[in-house]
Amino acid sequence: MTTDATRTRVMVVPASKPALPPHIKLRHDPGRGRWHVLAPERVFEPDPIAIEILKRCNGATSVEEIATELAKDYNAPLQEILADTISMLQELSDKGVIKAA
Amino acid sequence: MNEIAPMEQFSEKPVVEACARAPVGLLAELTHRCPLQCPYCSNPLELDRVNSELTTEQWQDVMRQAAELGILQIHLSGGEPTVRKDLEDIVEVAAKAGLYTNLITAGVTLTRDRLKRLKELGLDHVQLSIQDVDDANAEKISAYKNGLAKKREVGKWVRELEMPLTINAPIHRLNIENLPNIIDFAVEMGAGRIEVANIQYYAWALKNRAALMPTRAQVLKSAEIVEEAKQRLKGVMVFDFVVPDYYAKTPKPCMGGWGRGVMNVTPQGRVLPCHASESVPGLVFDNVKDRRLADIWLNGQAFQKYRGTSWMKEPCRSCPRAELDFGGCRCQAMAFTGDAANTDPACKLSPYHEAFVAAAERESAEATPPPFIYRRMSPTKATPTG
Repeated sequence: MTTDATRTRVMVVPASKPALPPHIKLRHDPGRGRWHVLAPERVFEPDPIAIEILKRCNGATSVEEIATELAKDYNAPLQEILADTISMLQELSDKGVIKAA
Repeated sequence: MNEIAPMEQFSEKPVVEACARAPVGLLAELTHRCPLQCPYCSNPLELDRVNSELTTEQWQDVMRQAAELGILQIHLSGGEPTVRKDLEDIVEVAAKAGLYTNLITAGVTLTRDRLKRLKELGLDHVQLSIQDVDDANAEKISAYKNGLAKKREVGKWVRELEMPLTINAPIHRLNIENLPNIIDFAVEMGAGRIEVANIQYYAWALKNRAALMPTRAQVLKSAEIVEEAKQRLKGVMVFDFVVPDYYAKTPKPCMGGWGRGVMNVTPQGRVLPCHASESVPGLVFDNVKDRRLADIWLNGQAFQKYRGTSWMKEPCRSCPRAELDFGGCRCQAMAFTGDAANTDPACKLSPYHEAFVAAAERESAEATPPPFIYRRMSPTKATPTG
């Protein structure tokens, strides 16, 4: 089976380049005026920070780069933002919402 | 991040208030036809006939209306949805309308070409049910030969096509001891998610309760097994564990609250607050052939009847859990107490609770359970076109 090699828990690190798999959809819902993450038999409601992180999960940008951008945008200490970003992405990875290669 | 789970009708999580005005999920029972005859089928005892099913165009219209109404996810179910030759046409319209599409299938009637085509048309996710991972037992439960081998094949196709897979395992007396192997099977199949779903006793399952009910000790053991596996498989497979409420102290928030987040359309087009709600007398079920989906959702008598908390009697009315579990399940209250507005007998505050628990304990303790009454179309009573 093609997936055997990936059947271990992926740990998110600063160099990880997270991406949304094709079956996970970050969508803006105009009716409710908010963003949703659509996943198998699940709907998540990301908070504003999570939305900013998820929008940057393009498989090319590293977690460290994402955190650097956010630290700048929110005028917050990088180490704190990096730790929060990693912990959020780890949780999302464990739920299958992102793939952190 | 908040999580709302439209199909997790038995989860303990409070439902997000802001979404109450529009449903999140729609269960489309495309047909009641199914090659399997599982004795715990969630379809009603009186099954809709093939010649009374909605047409392709009618289902496509339901999909468009669902998206307009604000529904996010469509669960294409049955019966076995793949016995409809126009499944592709329905999926195509649903995906184009922006709905997240989920196929709930037993897999035995699927081909690789069809699955590939469904993926191309926008199918997002496949939920594959298994009866057991023991061939003989799976055959006994489903009354279908070589089903498990076929399911292995389907699971392999799903992964080859790089689609996400959920294994759905209904759990009961006949397979609960095999739970560790069932979990291993799901991992082996490459599933990202498993539903360890203890049977909920309505319709066919209620008829077969004495043959299906596990003991309290078995249920507690299965909860331990799931907890251990959840930790061990963190980041590999997501678990959904549906507990059997006969051994619970508080009821499940059935459907996340009546008319609150989910709606169900039957093969004939009747729109229900939940798939079992036709067992509750005094409800008027509108049909998509006569009325718009949004109008039914907002104003339909069946949806209004038990929506919110104003219909509640004691002990629900003054209960601090009233908006957490909504008094549990109306269908179970009806079946066990004769009044759908009573609290669910799964609740320890129900005067019927003791008898409810005693029934499960008595039946599960029987050394020889009664034979299954398999899920079949009744040969004599044809349902008129509705």
